[in-house]
Amino acid sequence: MPILETVGLEKRFGGILASQDVNLAVERGARHALIGPNGAGKTTVINLLSGVLRPTAGRIVLEDRDITGLAPHERVRLGMARTFQINQLFLDLTPLESIGLVVSERLGSGADWWRLVGTKSSVTGEIVEIAERFRLGDVIHERTAILPYGKQRLLEIALAFACRPRVLLLDEPAAGVPEAERQDLLTTIEELPKDVTVLLIEHDMDLVFSFADRISVLVNGALFVDGAPEDVARDPRVKAVYLGEELDG
Amino acid sequence: MTAMPARADEIALYLKRRARWSPFEIAFWVFAFATIWLFPGKYLILKDTAILALFALSLDLILGYAGIISLGQAAFFGLAGYFSGLVAKYGIIDEPVIALVCSGLIAAALGFVTSFLVLRGSDLTRLMVTLGVSLMLGEVANRYSNITGGADGLQGVDIAPIFGLFRFDLYGHNGYVYCLVVLFICFVIARRIVYSPFGLSLRSIKGNMLRAAAIGIPVKWRLVSIYTISAGFAGIAGALLTQTTAFCSLDVFSLERSADLLLVLIIGGTGYLYGGLIGAVIYKFLQDWIANLTPQYWQFWIGLVLVVIVLVGRERMAGWIRAVRGAIARLGARRAPRSAALGGAPDSG
Repeated sequence: MPILETVGLEKRFGGILASQDVNLAVERGARHALIGPNGAGKTTVINLLSGVLRPTAGRIVLEDRDITGLAPHERVRLGMARTFQINQLFLDLTPLESIGLVVSERLGSGADWWRLVGTKSSVTGEIVEIAERFRLGDVIHERTAILPYGKQRLLEIALAFACRPRVLLLDEPAAGVPEAERQDLLTTIEELPKDVTVLLIEHDMDLVFSFADRISVLVNGALFVDGAPEDVARDPRVKAVYLGEELDG
Repeated sequence: MTAMPARADEIALYLKRRARWSPFEIAFWVFAFATIWLFPGKYLILKDTAILALFALSLDLILGYAGIISLGQAAFFGLAGYFSGLVAKYGIIDEPVIALVCSGLIAAALGFVTSFLVLRGSDLTRLMVTLGVSLMLGEVANRYSNITGGADGLQGVDIAPIFGLFRFDLYGHNGYVYCLVVLFICFVIARRIVYSPFGLSLRSIKGNMLRAAAIGIPVKWRLVSIYTISAGFAGIAGALLTQTTAFCSLDVFSLERSADLLLVLIIGGTGYLYGGLIGAVIYKFLQDWIANLTPQYWQFWIGLVLVVIVLVGRERMAGWIRAVRGAIARLGARRAPRSAALGGAPDSG
């Protein structure tokens, strides 16, 4: 029984079909990668899953529950969080404040207006734990805007992780990270708890093949091939449209 | 890993310390209350300043913390102004403090209803919608002149003594103390709000609405809440004006009143609560001073000051203030040395 499933998902922008008949099944605990050439509609799929976009047809099912019509924040509460391909951070806040914000929101105290921030020990304890896990302990008081890009990228994932999702959608987490900061990021992604299901969009084939236990290939907004990494890598059609140049080159 | 609970305590301490009243703030309020004895001949302008400061504080809550720009705060100011005048005139609510609270609630109710219009759209849409609402209310007050007094204003308002004890005297002493105390109470509430998790979530919405929704924040309801609270504060300011002058006229709804408010916040800066207060002091006294020098053309100089402020940039001026505050903090730091990690933390507020 998949934890996340889409049925006949379709998104139309005027005359352009960005997603068509996407039937994606992500198994519980999977490390599932969604790959495809530029413009294949990978980010559109993430936007549909997270509720930033509404599909023109089809359904999205999270743990047996139809979430197609829910607002983004409601999907987060049901256990699905995402990161963004281009950092979407709170530049004026520190990592401490940003993570604290997410944690208090999840523990249901985000609307408290009379209590001061930081007076709940359950919240501060968890902030520290998450900051350490994402290697942000040393910059926790810095303004996000001045963090090195690699740290910002880690914070991008940390904010989604702080929602304690059962399904985590990662949209090109390694994009643009300089070589020196790359290893921290890859290690952190590998160390994500096994009970968190991960759906990963990525261009970086090294990361995809070292990380994923299942791969779906998206071409022109439609699912093209779906299977284990070895099968996908061997599939001649995939090589033809996409992997050929990347793997052989 | 054993260091983690200690780290959590350290962070809790840091967060609590950050929300503490700084020496600058304490000095500010001590001086504010000292003006009661320092400038007995200036009660009128001081009172107007306190009311303008509270009004500007209401705008700062939505503009500085939630990023909602508005040209229609006068709608709440005016509604509550007329409400408090009418309940006093017809003896419905005699005690001014109760009437003040009720006026605030009425304005908040209007804020709640109109917030749904403001949620939609961009800054420009918001400017137009908020402006439109206050124009409509102004015209309604004009139309029902049998109730509001129309262009002549609301006459015959008799405000009872505060708590039945303190009568609004001719010199404006009690009126000023009353406004100052109300301003202080509202400020404390606003301060508490912006340092709460709710306030932090507002700042995140202002910073990045897309991400705020993606981490589970119900963006719409947070904006509705703060808009409602802000309207309530604006209403209290309006009611203060009516109560201290025993009069209310159609200009409470005027566009100029809302526009002045933006000027005040541009002068004082947004997003740190004192902007509205400091801006109101500068604006009122500058206006008073220039109007004495050149009664006809004072707006020329106000305009000039505004252009200079915008060109020099609030950032740079905030930098000067930060430098002064830094110097004060260094003086204070000798008393209590802080750990390196905490001491290096920049002030994000």
